[in-house]
Amino acid sequence: MTMSPSSLVPPALELRGVAKSFGAVVALASADLRVEMNSIHALVGENGAGKSTLVKIVAGLYQRDGGEFFLRGEPVDFTSTAQAKAAGIAVIYQEPTLFPDLSVTENIFMGRQPMDRLGRIDRNAMKAEASQIFGRLAVHMDLDRPAEGLSIADQQLIEIAKAISLDARVLIMDEPTAALSGVEVERLFAVARSLRDEGRGIVFISHRFDEVFALSDTITVMRDGRYISTNAIADVTEDEIVRRMVGRDITDLFPKQEAKIGEVLLRVDDISSSGVFSNVSFSVRSGEIVALAGLVGAGRSEIARAVFGIDRYDSGAVTLAGRKVPRHNPAAAMALGLALVPEDRRKQGLILESSVARNATLSIRRQLGRFGFITSRAENEAARIWATRLHVKSSALDALAGTLSGGNQQKVVLGKWLATNPTVLIIDEPTRGIDVGTKAEVHRLISDLAGRGIGILMISSELPEVLGMADRVLVVREGRITAEIDRADATAESVMFAATHAEETVR
Amino acid sequence: MSPIGTVRPPANAVARLTGHFFRSRETGILAALVIVIAVTTIVNPTFLFSPDGFRDLLLTPSILILIAVGQAVVIITRSVDLSVGSVVGLTAYLAGRLFIDVPGIPIIAVFLVAIAAGAVLGLINGLLVAFGKVPALVITLGTMYAYRGVNVLWTGSNRVNSSDMPKVFLDLGTQTVLFIPSLTIIALVVVLATGWYLRNKRGGRELYAIGSDPDAAELYGLNVTRRVLVAFVLSGVLAGLAGILFAARYGTTNSQTGTGLELQAVGAAVIGGVAIFGGSGTVYGAAIGAVLLLTINRALPILGIQDFWQQAVVGALIIGAIVLDRLLALRLSRKLTSEHQVSHD
Repeated sequence: MTMSPSSLVPPALELRGVAKSFGAVVALASADLRVEMNSIHALVGENGAGKSTLVKIVAGLYQRDGGEFFLRGEPVDFTSTAQAKAAGIAVIYQEPTLFPDLSVTENIFMGRQPMDRLGRIDRNAMKAEASQIFGRLAVHMDLDRPAEGLSIADQQLIEIAKAISLDARVLIMDEPTAALSGVEVERLFAVARSLRDEGRGIVFISHRFDEVFALSDTITVMRDGRYISTNAIADVTEDEIVRRMVGRDITDLFPKQEAKIGEVLLRVDDISSSGVFSNVSFSVRSGEIVALAGLVGAGRSEIARAVFGIDRYDSGAVTLAGRKVPRHNPAAAMALGLALVPEDRRKQGLILESSVARNATLSIRRQLGRFGFITSRAENEAARIWATRLHVKSSALDALAGTLSGGNQQKVVLGKWLATNPTVLIIDEPTRGIDVGTKAEVHRLISDLAGRGIGILMISSELPEVLGMADRVLVVREGRITAEIDRADATAESVMFAATHAEETVR
Repeated sequence: MSPIGTVRPPANAVARLTGHFFRSRETGILAALVIVIAVTTIVNPTFLFSPDGFRDLLLTPSILILIAVGQAVVIITRSVDLSVGSVVGLTAYLAGRLFIDVPGIPIIAVFLVAIAAGAVLGLINGLLVAFGKVPALVITLGTMYAYRGVNVLWTGSNRVNSSDMPKVFLDLGTQTVLFIPSLTIIALVVVLATGWYLRNKRGGRELYAIGSDPDAAELYGLNVTRRVLVAFVLSGVLAGLAGILFAARYGTTNSQTGTGLELQAVGAAVIGGVAIFGGSGTVYGAAIGAVLLLTINRALPILGIQDFWQQAVVGALIIGAIVLDRLLALRLSRKLTSEHQVSHD
C-alpha cells in the first residue's frame, strides 16, 4: 500500500519532465512517471493527455525533446525499439502485431530463436520454453497453430509470453482490455498480478476505472501533456481522479451563438451494426449542435459513417427531413442534403496532390460541368466564393492542398461540403491538430452555420469543445449511447463519468 | 484444462508427421504430377520407359527449378522478381562470350563469373526495392526490360553457337550420372540447401516473417532491408547459374534467351503453393510446381491436345492453384477461429 519501502531501491522506470512536440503541436509538455518494481501502475488521462506519446517514448518509437529518462536508476536514451527491447522494456499494444502465417512458438521467438549444435534452430528447445512460459501463466495455448485467427486476448498473451521470454523488467499495457470479454480480462489480470509478484514493474493504461481500481497499486494522472498527480490507489477515489483528469477552466474559446432551434432534421432510429454499435437512436434539429462525446474507440465515428452511408448497418433506419436515407449509399445521402467532414482530413477529406480549387469543388463537379466538361475558370470561381467566405489563407487557389496548414485544410474540406448546401452537417473531430487561433475560427464557423438553420452533429474528443459548442451532448460508450445531457447540465465531470462507466446512466 | 508442455509420445509424433504429409500442399502437387506422368505413359509408354524419355523428364525442368526456387524465396518475402528471365539471357550470353573471347578459360571460372554477374544484377534489384520504396513488381518489370536491353545492345544479331564452346562444357548440359542428368543433380542440391536454410536458420524464418507482416517485422526489430536484399541476390545468383546451364544445355544463346522464364517461374511457385502475398509456401513446392508445369507442356502434344489449348491448360493450372489456395486459407481460418471459440467455452 505504501510506497516508502521501495524508495531506496531505484524505480523500474522513471521519467522526469519529458517533453515532445510534433511541429507546432505539443504532445507532451512535462510528463513525470515513476514506476516501482513489484507494482502495477495505472496511467490515466483524457484523450490527448499524452499517454500514448509517453508510451512510445518509453518504447523507443519516438525520441523525447527534453527531460530525463531512467531505467533502474540508469539514464537511458533509446533511438530504436530494438534498444528499448534489449533494455528490458516490453509494450503490449491494444492490437498486437503478430505474424499470421507463423506458429505461436515462432511468433514468440522470431529473431532470437535458440540454436542447436548443428547451427539449426532448436525447435524442441523453443517449444519447451514456450510451453514452460504458458504453463507459468497457467494458460492453454496450441503452440503449433498459426497466429492467424487467434482472438485479440490470445494474441496479447503471446505478446506477454514474448515479454517474459525476453525477461522484460518493465511491461507496458496500452489499453489491453478494450477488446476483451469479462473472462479474458480476469485472465489477463491474473497474469499481470503474477508478473508483478515476480518483481516486474507494470504500467497499465485504461479508461475503465473499475479495472484501474481493481488491478493497480499506484495511479498517475496526466492532463494536457502534463503530470498532475501520483497516489497510492487506496488514497484516492474515482471522483477525485475524474476531477483531476478534466480539471480545467472552460474558457470562452468556444463561442456558441444562440440559434433558433427548429424542427427535427436528422432522425436516427435504433440502428445497430453487429460488434460495432447497437440500438443507437437520436435526432438533430435545425439550428442545433449535437455532440457525440466519448472516448476514442467508443464507436462515435463508426456511427457517423453508418448514418452517412459509408459503412453498412444491420438494422434500424435514418431519415433526413422526413425522407429515408438509404443504407450504404453516400451519394444518395449527399443528394438528400447530408454532409460529412471526416476525421482524417489528410486521407479522407482532401486530395493532397490536387489544388485547393479542385478540392473545394469536388462535391459539386456535376453542377459545375458544362456538357460534361469543367473549365478551370468555373472551378476557380466557385472555389473563390468559399475560400473568401471561410477566410482560407492560401496565396493562390491553385496551391496544392497538401501545402496548407491543418486549419486551412479543414476550411477547404468544410467549404467543399458547404458548397453542396447541406441541411445536416456531420463533423468528425472538427479541430484536431489545428492551432488555437484557427480553432476559434472553425468554432465560429460551425456556430454560424447552426445560426443559419443547419443541423450539426459534431464528434469531438475534446471536452471543452463539446461543452462550449453543444446544445446537447450524447455520450457514447462501447457502441451505445449511455447518456444524453443538455447544455445546462453538461459538465466535464458528468460527461467524463458517463464515458467511463458501464452500468450507470447519468440522469 | 491442463497446461501443455508434456512431451508427446513418439507414436503421436509419427501420426502427426504422416498426417502432415497427406495434408500438405506439396503432396497434392506431387500427386497431380504422378497422374500426368501415368496417363501420358499409358498413352505413349516411351514418355517414361525409354532412356531418353526418363532423362528428358528430369532434364527439361531442371533450369526452371533453379529459377523457381529463387522466385519462391522472393515471393515469400512479399516481393516478386520479374527480371530473372533477362538475367538468364545476359549470363548465358556472357558465358558464351567468355569462351570465345578468352580462349582456354577454365569452365569453373566461367561459372563463377556468370554467377557473380547474376548476383550483381540481383543486388541492383534488391537495392532499388529496399531503398526506392517502390513495389518490387514495378522495379523488376523495369529491370527486366533494362537487362534485356543491355543484352540486345551487346548481342545484336550475333549468337553464340555450340561450335564456340568446349565440348566438356556442352556435355555437362546433357550428361547423366547413374541415369540422373547432372543438371538435375545441381537443381536438387540447390532445392535441398535452400529448403534447409529456410526451415532451420534464423535468416530463413525471418524471410517468412517479413512476408507475413512487414510492419510487425519492423516492430520485432528484424533487419528487413538486409533480408530483402539477400532474397533478391539469391534470386539473381540462381538466375545466373541457370543462365550458364542454359548455355551448356542448349549450346546456343542469342539476345532473346530466357524470355518468358520469369512468368514460368512465378507460375511454378504459385502452383507449388507459395502464397503470392508472402509468408507461406516452400521451395520444394515451387520445384515440384516447375516440374509439373513443364511436364504438362510436354505431355499435352502426346495426349493429342492441340497447340493452342496447351497455353490455356497452363493458365487454368495457375488459376486453379490460386483458387485452391484461397479456399484452403478460408477453410483454415474458419477452423482456427472455431477451435479458439471451443477452447474458450
